[in-house]
Amino acid sequence: MGSRARIVLYTIAAIISVAGLADATYLTVAALTGETDVCAGSTGCFEVLGSKYARIAGIPVAVLGVWAYFAAFTFAIFAGFGYARARTFFALTVWAMFAATLWFLYVQAFVLHAFCRYCLFSAAFTFLLAGLVVASPPGRASEGQK
Amino acid sequence: MKRYLPFVIVAVVGALTLGAGALLYRAKRPAALEIPKNSNTPEKTASMHVRGEANAPVTLEEFADFECPPCANLAGASGQIEEGYSAQLRVIFRHFPLPGHPHAPEAAQVAEAAGLQGRFWEMHDLLYKEQGIWSKAVDARALFNSYAGTLGLNLERFKTDVDSPEVKERVASDKKRGAELGVHSTPTIFVNGRQVLPPVNVATIRAAIDAALNPKPSP
Repeated sequence: MGSRARIVLYTIAAIISVAGLADATYLTVAALTGETDVCAGSTGCFEVLGSKYARIAGIPVAVLGVWAYFAAFTFAIFAGFGYARARTFFALTVWAMFAATLWFLYVQAFVLHAFCRYCLFSAAFTFLLAGLVVASPPGRASEGQK
Repeated sequence: MKRYLPFVIVAVVGALTLGAGALLYRAKRPAALEIPKNSNTPEKTASMHVRGEANAPVTLEEFADFECPPCANLAGASGQIEEGYSAQLRVIFRHFPLPGHPHAPEAAQVAEAAGLQGRFWEMHDLLYKEQGIWSKAVDARALFNSYAGTLGLNLERFKTDVDSPEVKERVASDKKRGAELGVHSTPTIFVNGRQVLPPVNVATIRAAIDAALNPKPSP
């Protein structure tokens, strides 16, 4: 992959990661303020975010989402600046997020029978990141990168 | 300079995320509602379902919606919440069906119709226990009728009462009180007139009851 193409691809990845970061930050704040523990007139989000699947050991999964998107953003930036190892870490992070996304989609569709649109936004961002990883296989040392 | 640029970008985005998160948290953190002592909103409404001693020192007033999952969780934990308080606690249930829950007004009427036959709390418990089923049903009324049969209610009277103006007024009077107090979500819990802020769970409610039983002396 050429240097210019690499920069464009990882810039797009970084922008998508920032969008995911904003979404996960919003969900984290909603969980921390207790907003997701109550119903406020709409269905879907509250059924999902107020369920037991929305927390792991008491920690809102949105917090993990913040860390995951921030990690993806960080690795995308470093990959864009030519750090070859960052490309590998970026790919590993995105595949882990992809697996988690599949699990959460399964839970929403088949266990809770309810969807939260902010969770679906996050799923869309992760799928886009996964698409970029597929477009850019990691770790080709021959490109003379850092 | 280019060597440090990725570190700078990551640090800036990290700082912006923390800052935006903190601002959003401050904006969204709700202020506790209070029921004024000289409130114009009467505690006694057409529908007022009470458990516990009339003269208990602590009153827990709950505004809830039968279709709201967190309300069902709380109802399932009512034993844990009330354990050990016996005569010290009085519990009042209020209807607050939310607009986003299509079966909630009907479920509230079902509970009231059961209440007219002296089985409000039994229907309350059954509606929450079976929430996952009737809330997703197209025709919830058939299920509600079957619950009335399970509780041994007079079915003909129950069917008439569910849609009666009296029952609708009972639900409406609770909702009116909630709206006047500023309630907009469920479950909203007041302990001695002060709202328990989310997260509303066994621990936070018991802490509020304990605080009401043992108020800190003013300095």
